[in-house]
Amino acid sequence: MGKILTNKKLSDDFYLIEVEEKNQVKAGQFYMLRGWEEYPVLSRPISIFDADGDRVSFLYKKVGKGTELISRLEPGKMLTLNGPYGNGFPMNVKGKIAMVGGGVGIAPFYYTAKKYKEEGIGSQIDIYLGFSQKSVLEEEYRSVADNLYLDIGGFITDLVNPLEYDVILTCGPEIMMKVLYEKCKKMDAGVPLYVSMENRMACGIGMCKVCTCKTKNGNKTACKDGPVFLGSEVFA
Amino acid sequence: MSRLHTEFAGIAFKNPVVLASGTCGFGRELAECFDIEKLGGLSSKGLIIHPHGGNDGIRIWETPSGIMNSVGLENPGIEAFIEQDLDWINEKDVVNIVNMGGHSKEDYFRGAERLNDVNIDILELNISCPNVKEGGMNFGVKTEAARELVREVRKISKHKLVVKLSPNAEDIVALAKMCEEEGADGVSLVNTFLAMAVDIDKKAMVFQNGYAGLSGPAIRPIALRMVHQVCKAVKIPVMGMGGITTWQDAIAFIMAGAQVVQVGTATFMKPDISLDIIAGVEKYMEDNHLDSLNEIRGIL
Repeated sequence: MGKILTNKKLSDDFYLIEVEEKNQVKAGQFYMLRGWEEYPVLSRPISIFDADGDRVSFLYKKVGKGTELISRLEPGKMLTLNGPYGNGFPMNVKGKIAMVGGGVGIAPFYYTAKKYKEEGIGSQIDIYLGFSQKSVLEEEYRSVADNLYLDIGGFITDLVNPLEYDVILTCGPEIMMKVLYEKCKKMDAGVPLYVSMENRMACGIGMCKVCTCKTKNGNKTACKDGPVFLGSEVFA
Repeated sequence: MSRLHTEFAGIAFKNPVVLASGTCGFGRELAECFDIEKLGGLSSKGLIIHPHGGNDGIRIWETPSGIMNSVGLENPGIEAFIEQDLDWINEKDVVNIVNMGGHSKEDYFRGAERLNDVNIDILELNISCPNVKEGGMNFGVKTEAARELVREVRKISKHKLVVKLSPNAEDIVALAKMCEEEGADGVSLVNTFLAMAVDIDKKAMVFQNGYAGLSGPAIRPIALRMVHQVCKAVKIPVMGMGGITTWQDAIAFIMAGAQVVQVGTATFMKPDISLDIIAGVEKYMEDNHLDSLNEIRGIL
């Protein structure tokens, strides 16, 4: 449980909630959030947007009953949060890095880029954000990127030239991540592409097997073995 | 001895609360969240003699006060379980129930034979698997079709045998009676209800298998009725389950006749919800001056 510090509406359906939580988190991890007692049955897996050891914030999109209930919570109220869970993005990458987020899939890249900068990971970090209607948190992303590219209403993957990068990280709708994977493959870019899978989850800790990804190395759980996998592992 | 102490077919449970198969893995992940030795027992993820990758497509869908799942018995196989998890769970002070399924009778027989070589407390025979070799017939639907399976596994297995019944059975009471006749030590019920969801935008069924299993509080009143009917009909002990979320639910199932209760879907709401249920049952017993749950078991 953590006390809610702020819960702001950023646009029609994007919200940013900040909660007291003393914990060390890794870039690309998530928490299971719950702002209600019984129903809906399942907690909601939500990516970490930012964290500082005392508080953690989440960028979320109001898409259903669960996120709608979270959006109504007022500062001072408690939010149930279990986590942090998942493997997160790799911390041993080098060179020019692209981070490609689509929709609410942009969420993990603020903290990831911030962490990479702090730890001196990568020589250049370019962030690509794709939105369907209106952009959010542009200034925040700009502050942690060498270059920021935005697309509204189109295909963010069109802006990315895989040949320019040594590593690409992506998070967003599976179809978007697949398109990027195919693009890298077609251009024979040879660039490792890390994808953060958004499979529906139930337990969040690897025991119920509802979020299984069938990878070329066998079944993996998105919640515990992932959510980050190599694109070549899940899409090949 | 604690007032929560419960006997089930000669097996001692420190309390009557068991985690249901498929919702707790083999206990390892939950052991990182809370002390699983506070539980009465733990029923393993459904195991088959061969490893199985499970179903494709979406595997979970929420309904009002419930969930539908279509995991399709993804499991590492009995051999891997024995190698990797069995010793670990046997070291814990918790009743070790191994849930076993199969895609054919042969799978069940071989699985039961293999488990004879190792130490477990109870074999929970899952006869509600919809994906069997011969024409997709569900073993757990027709009493007489299930009889041969239960009889053979009973002959093979040296372990205590509990048969897990499907609420999709044509006659769940007849099924339970058959299990008793064939020498089962107990029955557990209910497994999930066959259900369906539609994605109207895609004009398609949500689950690749078409139908999926509904669980959670949505099924609780029907599960309770079935547990009550079965408890009235058989003398062997019953593990009752179906949407149990609170201690009040657990007490209701015990009043309906259940010897122990299993908690499944509720673990997804709160990983240690079973500890709340155990504490609540104990408090209820104190408040009502009950020395044993036998004083209220099956009173309805």
